[in-house]
Amino acid sequence: MTLDKWVARKPVLTDGAWGTELQRRGLGLGECPDGWNLKKPEAVESVAKAYVDAGSQVILTNTFRSNRITLAGHGLADRIREINLEGVRISRRAAAGQAGVFASLGPTGKMLMMGETSEAEISDAFREQAQFLAEAGADALIFETMSDLAEARLGVMAALSTQLPVLVSFVFDTGKQKDRTMMGHSPEQVAQKMAEAGAAAVGANCGLGIAECIPICERLRVSSSLPVWIKPNAGLPEVVDGVPTYRISPEEYASHVPAMVKAGATFFGGCCGTQPSFIAACARRLASMI
Amino acid sequence: MSKELYDAILAGNMKGAIAATEKALADKVDPLELVQRFMVPAMDEVGRRFECEEYFVPEMLISARAMKSSLMLVRPLLTASGAQPAGRVIIGTVKGDLHDIGKNIVASMLEGGGFEVVDLGADVAPDKFVTAVKEKSPHLVCLSALLTVTMPSMKTTIDALQQAGIRQQVKVLIGGAPITQHFADQIGADGYGENAASAVTLARKLMHAERPAQ
Repeated sequence: MTLDKWVARKPVLTDGAWGTELQRRGLGLGECPDGWNLKKPEAVESVAKAYVDAGSQVILTNTFRSNRITLAGHGLADRIREINLEGVRISRRAAAGQAGVFASLGPTGKMLMMGETSEAEISDAFREQAQFLAEAGADALIFETMSDLAEARLGVMAALSTQLPVLVSFVFDTGKQKDRTMMGHSPEQVAQKMAEAGAAAVGANCGLGIAECIPICERLRVSSSLPVWIKPNAGLPEVVDGVPTYRISPEEYASHVPAMVKAGATFFGGCCGTQPSFIAACARRLASMI
Repeated sequence: MSKELYDAILAGNMKGAIAATEKALADKVDPLELVQRFMVPAMDEVGRRFECEEYFVPEMLISARAMKSSLMLVRPLLTASGAQPAGRVIIGTVKGDLHDIGKNIVASMLEGGGFEVVDLGADVAPDKFVTAVKEKSPHLVCLSALLTVTMPSMKTTIDALQQAGIRQQVKVLIGGAPITQHFADQIGADGYGENAASAVTLARKLMHAERPAQ
C-alpha cells in the first residue's frame, strides 16, 4: 500500500495533541495515556471524535508509548496486544469513515549508542507493535517525535514488514538555529536517510512553534522525493497561575497554514498545546484557500 | 605528557583515556593534576564545541564516558589524598515524568566536569528529593522535566524542600525541553540550563556563589 490516495488530496489536515486532551478528561499525572485504551476507551474516543468533528482528515491513535520497552516502564507490557488493538479500533470508530487512521508509534526512550538497549531489542519491539496495529486495521503507521536516526531507521524497517506505508517524523529543536535533532542531524540528513530506509513520508513534529517549522518543512521537502508531514507545537508554554499555558490562539496558529502549504507540507496538524479548536481554525483557513 | 589523556577524552576514545591514565599514574603524575590539568579542560573543550555546534549529544556522551572511565581509576587515589569533588549533586526527573535521556546526559556531563552525582532516576516524588538532600547534603539539586504537564512538579519539589526547612542548604537547577528562564524565576529555582553543557557552567557558577549560613 502507498500514500498516493492521501498525497493526491494534499494538503491533508491531521489532528492535534492527545495527551493534554486526555488530561482534561481526568488522566492523572504520570499515568500512562495508552493504558486508557482499556481503562477509559470512551474518553479516548471522545478526543479522537473531537478532531474528526474539527475537520481532521487523518487522525492518529493513542498508542505512542505502546511498544514493549516503554509499556514495561508503566507496568503494562502484558497488555501490549490489547492496548494496540483497542487504540486502532477506538480511532476507527471515531473516524466513522470520515477520516483515515494512521497508527502512532514513538521512541523507546532508551539510547542505543549508550548501550541501554540493542538493535535487536528495538527492532523486535517495533515489529511486534507494528504488527498489532496492522492487525487492527490501521491505514498507515507513523513514528512520531523521533530524535535518533539509528532508532528511527530500525523502526521504519521493522514496521515495513506489515506492508503498510510507514511515515516518520523527527523533533528539530537543537543547536543555535534550532534546526537539528538532539543527535545533531539536519533536516537534509534526516530526509535522505529515511528515504533510503523506505519511509513513505518524512516530517517534523513537536519541538518548535509553527512559524519556526516553516523553513524545516521546506528543507525536508527539497531533500528527498517523500511527502512531508508537519505537526508543530503551539510554541513554548508560559506559566499562568502555576499552570503551564500555551499563549498562541487557534486563529494565530492557523494564520501560518498558507505559508506551510506553500513550503510543501502534504500532511499538516499540531502537536503539544494544540486542541480541536486549532484544527477547526486550520480547516477554515484551508477552505478559504481553495 | 598527559596531553594524550586530554586528546583521548576530547575524541571520546575510552580505551585511549584508560591507557593514558594508567601510564600517567605509573609515571607518578599527581592524580589531582591529572584531573585539573587534563580531564576538566578536555570536558570544558567538549562543552565549548557543543556550544558552537561542532559537537552534538553523541560526541558529548562518548567524551563523558571516556572521562568517567579515567576518573574511575583516579578517584580512589583522590579520595585517599583527601581531595574533594567539584561539588555534590542530586539529580532526578520530577514526579509524573518518566523521561530520563536528558537527565542522564546532564548527569554524565556533571560527572565529566568533576562533580559527584547522585542520580535518583525518573518519576521522583518531592519527598524523595527531601530525603536525599537530608542524607547526602548535596550542594546542588538538579530537576528535569520533558513534559509540559510535569513542569508543576518542579515547583512542588522546591516547595517540599522549603517546607522541610532545607531549601537554603542547596541551589536548585532546572532544565528540560519546555523549560525557560522565565519559568525558573517564577518557581524560585536558582538557575536554568538550556543544555547539558550550559548546565555544567551554571553548576560551577552556583558553587562559587556565596552559600548562606546554615
